[in-house]
Amino acid sequence: MKHTISVLVENHFGVLARVSSMFSARGYNIDSLCVGETEDPAVSRMTVVVPGDDRVLEQIEKQLNKLIEVIEIVDLTQEDYVERELVMVKVSATNSVRTEVLEVANIFRAKVVDLAKDAIVVEVTGTEGKVQAFIDMMRPFGIRELVRTGRIAIARSPK
Amino acid sequence: MKPRSGAKVIIESFVQEAVDAVFGIPGGAVIDIFDELNKSPVNFYLTRHEQGAAHAADGYARATGKVGVCIATSGPGATNLVTGLATANMDSVPVVALTGQVPTSMIGNDAFQEAYTSGITRSITKHNYLVKDVNDLPRILKEAFLIAATGRPGPVAIDIPKDVQQALTSVPYPKEIEIRGYKPTVKGHLRQIRQVADAIKKAKKPVILAGGGVIASGAHKELHELATRARIPVTTTLMGLGTFPETDPLALKMLGMHGTAYANYAMVEADLIISVGARFDDRITGKLSEFAVNADIVHIDIDPTSIGKSVPVDIPVVGDARAVLRELLKILEPPRTAAWLKKIAKWKKEQPLAYKDDDALRPQYVIEQVCALTKGDAVITTEVGQNQMWAAQFYTYTKPRTFLSSGGLGTMGYGLPAAIGAQAGLPGATVVDIAGDGSIQMNIQELATACLNDLPVKVMILNNGYLGMVRQWQELFYAENYSFTCLRRGKDCPEDCDHSFENCPKRAIPDFVKLAEAYGAVGIRVTKKKDVVPAIKKALATKKPVIVDFIVEREENVYPMVPSGGSLKHMMGGMA
Repeated sequence: MKHTISVLVENHFGVLARVSSMFSARGYNIDSLCVGETEDPAVSRMTVVVPGDDRVLEQIEKQLNKLIEVIEIVDLTQEDYVERELVMVKVSATNSVRTEVLEVANIFRAKVVDLAKDAIVVEVTGTEGKVQAFIDMMRPFGIRELVRTGRIAIARSPK
Repeated sequence: MKPRSGAKVIIESFVQEAVDAVFGIPGGAVIDIFDELNKSPVNFYLTRHEQGAAHAADGYARATGKVGVCIATSGPGATNLVTGLATANMDSVPVVALTGQVPTSMIGNDAFQEAYTSGITRSITKHNYLVKDVNDLPRILKEAFLIAATGRPGPVAIDIPKDVQQALTSVPYPKEIEIRGYKPTVKGHLRQIRQVADAIKKAKKPVILAGGGVIASGAHKELHELATRARIPVTTTLMGLGTFPETDPLALKMLGMHGTAYANYAMVEADLIISVGARFDDRITGKLSEFAVNADIVHIDIDPTSIGKSVPVDIPVVGDARAVLRELLKILEPPRTAAWLKKIAKWKKEQPLAYKDDDALRPQYVIEQVCALTKGDAVITTEVGQNQMWAAQFYTYTKPRTFLSSGGLGTMGYGLPAAIGAQAGLPGATVVDIAGDGSIQMNIQELATACLNDLPVKVMILNNGYLGMVRQWQELFYAENYSFTCLRRGKDCPEDCDHSFENCPKRAIPDFVKLAEAYGAVGIRVTKKKDVVPAIKKALATKKPVIVDFIVEREENVYPMVPSGGSLKHMMGGMA
């Protein structure tokens, strides 16, 4: 099972290396890792997507907690949360198919961010499922390049 | 506060943290620190290799319970510390290592003697720092000493560029410090401790498994009270030797791969295992799927990552061993263990630790005599391999901090520098390094440090001319194919040596007696069993460092033995 872990860390030089090297040193895989400053510039938030059973996850959380620069860890998978990923796809789109590409993009509420004679760059935001569906729909047109941010997530406020 | 240099702040931290011994070697990137060190009251020991400095700081820390400190220069100085830091990290020893770094403006430039020390030491320390601003240095030093000594102790490395050592700061050295991401749980959860008490009360075949955490937290008195009041037998890990007096009838001595038969049988048959400050290392569990299948497991540990890592735990208690045991003792109700103790006594009688006590000079005999002649009162350090296991088996440990050995990392070359560190911390103690002829050569240069600083450590070399533990594995599991483990083999040996020793060249390289003399130490060679006692007596009476070179039975094995990955049920050997 995939878990989405949200890790608050000190915004120090070398923290990303410390966290990621813990994963590699202990043989844990990372599906994606996003990091950025939070509302407090002294603190960064990492959103890490990791595969593993409960036992592996328990160890990962404990090992993360053991790092001095880790302030807090939440396994969002155990909670109600919202996740998003952003993808930009550069897809072949000559005159003959451009309308078709735009139509699909529209359905996914994707945005055109660059337009050239024979290609379009579209940006789509959503859950991993939506993003994957969009990519699958774009594939027949010919994807030239693709870049995705990895997942970020935030817990929902209590109702 | 009047501005002072980063180097001065470092010395200030030594004084504030009551550091009375520092080990290391100067170099270009740390001259400023040494310049200040020389003007300070701190005792500095100049080692002959930075690895020696790291192990000496480690030995000092294990023997005294205080934080050990070592200093090395940038680049090779720092990389030479690496094995020592990894050793301290695996065995949870509080060490602060300071390394010089090239000036901040040159970092990343492949400057002379530059290495990415913070990257290299990251995974082998509890925490590490690269100081980029001298104003951060007072805080970082304070944090380093706190992190090294508290929670599950461990080494902390601080990489300090030369310009940071020279720059001035008026930031004072903090008296107290808070680290928001570092809050070790000391007090155990009372509901969990209540569950432990209930489990003990109901147990019929309980065993206490004591590890190095008992020493780190100073919980040996509480452990003793728990064992004696509840009448529960105690086995210790290698790191836990000395936490419980082996002279006590409840003592089962060490368990695991080379543990006693009765300790391993007790683990197999136990219905309750109370682990205190041990981490269920593979050398003690053997085959995990067959480990303690009959037992509920209580695991008391300050490090949550240790709990449930390899063995599923029934009652976890996160906390400091001493604090948790104190709470437990308040509500302890002794179980009925008379029948269980009787059974164990029978195993002890039937299968004691034993060796062939004939006329041959056997290593186990040497250890027993060292124990007898020091009245079990010495600080023992070991190298790694057969010498280490025999030292664990045949010396009788009664007090914590008297057995210093590289357990987790298994670092050959640990024993001599660790003995030097222990002797520096405990000038009045008898410090004995039990060594092998292979291991001792990995840090033999530290004999100079011992001689020049009047640190009268005694090195007992169990010289069998082999990398003995590897040879034992080759004998037992690799069809006696002794590939590259004979330390006496030379170009003049027959191609197909049958290790009958008949054609062995008559030589010993090095000649440890001459080597000792070359360093200014005393060298004694013993080739006969009857000369063992007089030689040890002479060594102990000598006020200088001594090497005793015991030419022992070449192919003696360490028994009992649970083969790697085997079940504790199935042990090889062990009978006289």
